[in-house]
Amino acid sequence: MTKVSLEVNGKKVVKEIPDHTTLSVFLREILNLTGTHVGCDTSQCGACVVHVDGKSIKSCTALAADLNGSKITTIEGLVSNGKMHPMQEAFKKTHGLQCGFCTPGMVMSAIDLLNNKKNPSDKEIRDWLEGNICRCTGYQNIIAAVKEAATKM
Amino acid sequence: MASLVGSRVERKEDKKLLTGRGKYTADVTFAHQTYAYFVRSPHARAQIKNVDISKAVKASGVVSVLTGKDIVNDKIGGLIAGWRIKSEDGSDMKVPPHPPLASESVNYVGDHVAVVIAESLDEARNAAELVKVDYKVLKAVVKTDEAMKSDNIYKDIPKNLCFDWLLGDRAKVKEAFDKADKIIKIDLINNRLIPNAMEPRAANADYNPSTEEITLYTTSQNPHLARIIISAFNGVAPENKLRVIAPDVGGGFGSKIYPYAEEVVCSWAAKKIERPVKWVADRTESFLSDCHGRDHVTHAELAVKNDGTFLGFKNETIANLGAYASVFGTVTPTYLFGPCATGVYKMPAAYSNVKAVYTNTAPVDAYRGAGRPEATYTIETLVEKAARELGMDPAEIRMKNFPTQFPFQQTLVHSVDSGDYVGGLKKAMEVADYKGFEKRKRDSASKGKLRGIGLCSYFEACGIAPSPVVMMLGCGIGLWESAEVRFNPTGNVTVFTGSHSHGQGHDTTFAQIAADQLGVPIENIEISHGDTDKGPFGYGTYGSRSLTVGGTAIVKACDKIVAKGKKVAAKMLEVSESDVEFKDGEFIVAKSNKKKTIGEIAFACYLPGTYGEVKSPLPEGEEPGLKETSFFDPVNFSFPAGSHICEVEVDPDTGKVELVKYTAVDDFGTIINPLVVEGQVHGGLAQGIGQALHENCHYDDSGQLVTASYMDYTMPRADNFPNFELGFTCTPATSNPLGTKGCGEAGAIAAPPTVMNAVMNAIGTEISMPATAEKVWKACQKMKKANSEAA
Repeated sequence: MTKVSLEVNGKKVVKEIPDHTTLSVFLREILNLTGTHVGCDTSQCGACVVHVDGKSIKSCTALAADLNGSKITTIEGLVSNGKMHPMQEAFKKTHGLQCGFCTPGMVMSAIDLLNNKKNPSDKEIRDWLEGNICRCTGYQNIIAAVKEAATKM
Repeated sequence: MASLVGSRVERKEDKKLLTGRGKYTADVTFAHQTYAYFVRSPHARAQIKNVDISKAVKASGVVSVLTGKDIVNDKIGGLIAGWRIKSEDGSDMKVPPHPPLASESVNYVGDHVAVVIAESLDEARNAAELVKVDYKVLKAVVKTDEAMKSDNIYKDIPKNLCFDWLLGDRAKVKEAFDKADKIIKIDLINNRLIPNAMEPRAANADYNPSTEEITLYTTSQNPHLARIIISAFNGVAPENKLRVIAPDVGGGFGSKIYPYAEEVVCSWAAKKIERPVKWVADRTESFLSDCHGRDHVTHAELAVKNDGTFLGFKNETIANLGAYASVFGTVTPTYLFGPCATGVYKMPAAYSNVKAVYTNTAPVDAYRGAGRPEATYTIETLVEKAARELGMDPAEIRMKNFPTQFPFQQTLVHSVDSGDYVGGLKKAMEVADYKGFEKRKRDSASKGKLRGIGLCSYFEACGIAPSPVVMMLGCGIGLWESAEVRFNPTGNVTVFTGSHSHGQGHDTTFAQIAADQLGVPIENIEISHGDTDKGPFGYGTYGSRSLTVGGTAIVKACDKIVAKGKKVAAKMLEVSESDVEFKDGEFIVAKSNKKKTIGEIAFACYLPGTYGEVKSPLPEGEEPGLKETSFFDPVNFSFPAGSHICEVEVDPDTGKVELVKYTAVDDFGTIINPLVVEGQVHGGLAQGIGQALHENCHYDDSGQLVTASYMDYTMPRADNFPNFELGFTCTPATSNPLGTKGCGEAGAIAAPPTVMNAVMNAIGTEISMPATAEKVWKACQKMKKANSEAA
């Protein structure tokens, strides 16, 4: 067992956890933050993407114990004062989600892209999101969402 | 009041899904939860000689270990095939037993042998490794086209043949072929796919010892069907003691229509140990044990005149069912496939002959399009080949054979009520700038690239389905759909549907319909689905049926609400019922200022008396309350159709195929919400293009699934696609009051032949799906060699 201290969505969390606890298990099973989804076991699908110190990572392949002292933001932490983040708003406006399972990871990845590049081209968006698999949308409206959010962020 | 039908309404369900407040089955955890891990067969075919659980039951945290013997002892029934198909000789299909946990033999890698239930998932998984299964490994039957020549997997099923089915008239086809100027022949493999909904399957069953009820949370497109099968066939609990809830479900595409072994076992085990049992598939388990799709080997022939007129068509197909006959496994390669194989064309004579075989692979069942993609791929690559061999333009040969009169009696089964195939193809050619292709081809050539163009015109029979028709064809259930419209006393509305939304957007589109019908603001309408204890029995979502069948049930229930409302309004307004009209949420009396809103009527219906100033005179004999139910059984299938055109650029030095342009023009009849419909088309296209260029399920000769992870199975990703260009034409369906036809499967149906026709046009030779860089490069090398030898 290892003691970890993290800041999750602005709140300090201290827990005693088995060493092999991944960040996704920590968030879902221990903190009940089930908005972060697990869609595969090979770090391929990206449904589990969260931000660690502002950068997107796949939480299914990070050990929570390794991240001691980090600031974690999950999909639940994007809403501020009852208002959705511009990226969330944009996904809604452009119909950038259908079943919603890949969506949390997709939104977290897309925000990281815009944090790095203000006005990405279609190709840059498609290349960046290559690590997030969506089976429903055919990606077109996700690309539209990121472009829409780029005008608001 | 402006109509909401036809408007781009943003989805009501999005906020919860976007903020992490969605509730999927894996997110549900009960107090005193236990966790299940399945022991699965590592062999494709083996006899089980012994299962030793003695070490596993003693392992840390283990609550129970159950095996196939326990299934037998508790008389738990097997999984079922839902559609009975007869062979050409009149004999019944042959179906092997499919126990939820095997006790005698395993028949594919991933088949279920035992379940370990423990206090934590880690403990269950660790203990599963201690279950010792003694197998006698047998030679596996793997390949579709070799199954009939291989060992019998089941002793009572010769040649591994489930059925040898015929639809159509062989003699008429022979006559037509005898008259032909030319016979075009093609051999095709429709590659096996793995559906891969992003949410892995999961089940969590809770047992209440006080009420003796089981509540099963599951990833289902069809909770009512799950309940009736687990009750009536598996015998786990009576229907009234089993509640099935499919909460938010992360995509299905067919793979979650029916219950699987895991749902049966979790429900049964929860009752046995009197604790909740939760199972969540990891992705490799999904690859191994979700039902797969497609997997046909087809030889087809088209008889033509020199002017391009089609005379006849024959289709000889071997369809792989996998190890067991799954719920829709037998109808997918027959009635969903055979009738559509003649495509959108006038075809004087045709037959489809399908031999369905068992192999030691995962069961094959419906996957987006289910039979119709296989049919469309067959006819549309054949038609393209006919155009090539006759030296005709591929658009011209299609136009020549389109029906122009509707209703159109299609050759093999369907009476197509409406359509405009000529208009659809013309529009697609305009949007795609078909005329400009030659110039674009030259431009590509100047960059060393081979550019190709491909067409496909398709129709599909969906909106399934008229119950008397499907039951006559062997379906074990009806396929009507239910709706209940419930006015709450304060005037807001809950609409229950027996269909299920797992991405399709019913919460919004169904609310648009109800809002228009009732004149109630959309924000005051809640759509409820996915809980067998809430709404009436229904048949779930698949086969592009939810809107056309389930949406119509909503319209019918709303009609009944309005009819009752008129009676109440007449009484309250002291006029005769025939003087009352209903418009935009108000019951009005013509040429007067008398009116009641539907909210006032609803309130009155719940207060049948006088209370202070509020008077509620319900007409005599009228019951209080305002709630109506409809069970709608359609009179016909619906028939979406369209034409797609795509262009690819092939790099002959690397074999890489780049999809540079894709145009889809579809006729879905009336469109309720264009935003949602466009999304459905995009998603279907991505899956269809995935089949054509990327995806392939591969078993090795011993029956091991080689493509069992995202490292090995190519999922289409964002950088694989251009922006799709969409267009629509509209001939409303005449078989339902909304005029809708269904839109969910079109992309997956039309895209494979469209893309493959473009690839073959580019490289000048035939090639099988998926057109991977390796295959295309080899084909290009072969063509280069052939061309230089010819020169």
